[in-house]
Amino acid sequence: MSVEIEVKNVTKIFGKQISKAKKMASQEASKEEILAKTGATVGVDQASFKINRGELFVIMGLSGSGKSTMLRMINQLIPVTSGQILVEGKDLTKLGKKELIEFRREKMSMVFQNFALLPHYTILDNVAFGLELQGIEKNERLKKAKKALKIVGLSGYGTQYPSQLSGGMQQRVGLARALASNTQILLMDEAFSALDPLNRKEMQDELLKIQSDLNKTIVFISHDLNEALKLGDHIMIMRNGMVVQTGTPEEILTNPANDYVEKFIEEVDRTRVLTASNVMINPATVNIEKSGPRTALREMQANNTSSIYVVDNQRHFIGWADASDVSNLIRKGSKDLKSVLMRNVPVAHPDTPLNELLSEVSTTQIPLAVLDEDSHLKGIIVRGAVLAALAGDEVE
Amino acid sequence: MTLTIAASLEKWINSFVDWLSQFTGVFNAISDGISSIANVFQWIFDLLPAWLFIVLVLGTTYFSKRHEKKYGLLTFELLGLLYIWVIGYWRDMTQTLTLVLTSCLIVYIIGIPLGIWMAKSNAVQLIVRPILDFMQTMPAFVYLIPAVAFFGIGTVPGAIASIIFAMPPTVRMTNLGIRQVPTDLVEAADSYGANGWQKLIKVQLPLARSTIMAGVSQSLMLALSMVVIASMIGTLGLGTQVYFAVGRNNAGAGFTAGLAIVILAIIIDRMSNTLQKKK
Repeated sequence: MSVEIEVKNVTKIFGKQISKAKKMASQEASKEEILAKTGATVGVDQASFKINRGELFVIMGLSGSGKSTMLRMINQLIPVTSGQILVEGKDLTKLGKKELIEFRREKMSMVFQNFALLPHYTILDNVAFGLELQGIEKNERLKKAKKALKIVGLSGYGTQYPSQLSGGMQQRVGLARALASNTQILLMDEAFSALDPLNRKEMQDELLKIQSDLNKTIVFISHDLNEALKLGDHIMIMRNGMVVQTGTPEEILTNPANDYVEKFIEEVDRTRVLTASNVMINPATVNIEKSGPRTALREMQANNTSSIYVVDNQRHFIGWADASDVSNLIRKGSKDLKSVLMRNVPVAHPDTPLNELLSEVSTTQIPLAVLDEDSHLKGIIVRGAVLAALAGDEVE
Repeated sequence: MTLTIAASLEKWINSFVDWLSQFTGVFNAISDGISSIANVFQWIFDLLPAWLFIVLVLGTTYFSKRHEKKYGLLTFELLGLLYIWVIGYWRDMTQTLTLVLTSCLIVYIIGIPLGIWMAKSNAVQLIVRPILDFMQTMPAFVYLIPAVAFFGIGTVPGAIASIIFAMPPTVRMTNLGIRQVPTDLVEAADSYGANGWQKLIKVQLPLARSTIMAGVSQSLMLALSMVVIASMIGTLGLGTQVYFAVGRNNAGAGFTAGLAIVILAIIIDRMSNTLQKKK
């Protein structure tokens, strides 16, 4: 995976006495001290991170955390006070005015919270706006715009005006405009925050689909951790202009960097984020090709369980056996463990989100077997582990 | 003390005006420019018979207001213009119109670009704003004095005084309109790689349009309000009739001519309003 965007030590200070404020910031003065002494506000403080090509990178934080400023520095709508923004190895902060305009046209598109569609342009012309600025001839740009409108499912609306469309539809147009320019990088500034919950969910799903189809590099701003966890390949949490933690959704959930992040993730609906693989535990198993009922029973006693999972040499899942059935078998003197195996045990895939497993976990008497594509037994899910995960405790 | 300050300020301004009068060439060029614009307008108005002029005004109103109520205005325009024609002030009316249109044309040519520049640069705004305040609040009579000194008497100095007086609303409203364009739309233009010109033409001006048009029609009204004052320095038109009536203490003649100005003002105002409302 190659790095598409690299942000190095970027600081943004708003206000008048910038050089003094910068000096203070480099001497580790706090935001409040700097504000009191110079009247300057530190928007972003020494942020560094890397974004890989083709990933969806979420910058998340509450209002005033500097996330929107950070996004606008990536396409230089806001110039940096110090630091570097490298896109494909080129430092944007060093570009001249003309080069920057070229760069924006070719490499980046932006989607805005309140859509930012031109009210005097039709939908089709709005979608073609980026191409129009590039000076692409009318027929060609309208053709491309139609294609982009089709991707977001608004084919029939080209001749209407933005005010005739609902918020959800307008944001689709905003997304289509970004796609029409065919840039590798998409910057999305709280793109779905102004939408109602149903529309938001739909748009999130659509974005994920577009992302997997077109392999764009997306920088997504959000204040909603659930959204961040759902969309992000990586998430960066910001607070007071500083980067608090960067990691995959799982890393953030299971390993919060500090109290702030921990507090944040308390609110999260964990069932959407955690998957079967997060809550499964190692079961007691017995290899049917090597062992018989006696070994199975001994194994159960050793593990203090009343049942056992039966696998073959390659650890393919074969079935499940109950302790009483196995001891009956021994009493009868039979060695055929297969005869008491239950085969239709509830199963789950390691990537199945927890919320899809909850009803099964709550009704079944037998722990769920977690199997991968080749039906290797990866683990089992017991009720206690699920509850512990939901409560925020770590599993084993 | 106060007397000396007043006296010296007076002296400075007078010597400044004297100093300026050495640039006769420049003032002649300006004068020629303005009078040739005015001549073109007057030539057109003289060419049009009164009935055709009335038909054109009514027709324009009819088409520009096809989707709204208009018959009241049409009746008013018809009766009003007929009144001006019948009482024999037709040519005075066209002279007044020439003054207003000439001044406003120049106001727009200078004012709109200046407003745009002001919107794009805070420094320019800082400098221009007090000048506009000065231009608008200084009693309009005062402009007549240097105007006569540099441009003599007649239409040109009248137009100059009108231009100075009518300029501020156009500049201000252009500035305001552009600054009021929502930030995210400007950001959208920037983020997709618009250069300054594209941003102005495709985003800022279209969105500022109705505000700019409000300034444009205010300037028209202010220019019209200058006609009586301008008549004092020999600018011909309806104002001249009012001015003469004042001199002869003839209230009847004053109101007859004054009414013609009111009619012209209402027609210009209503017609310029359609510019603002149109989508």
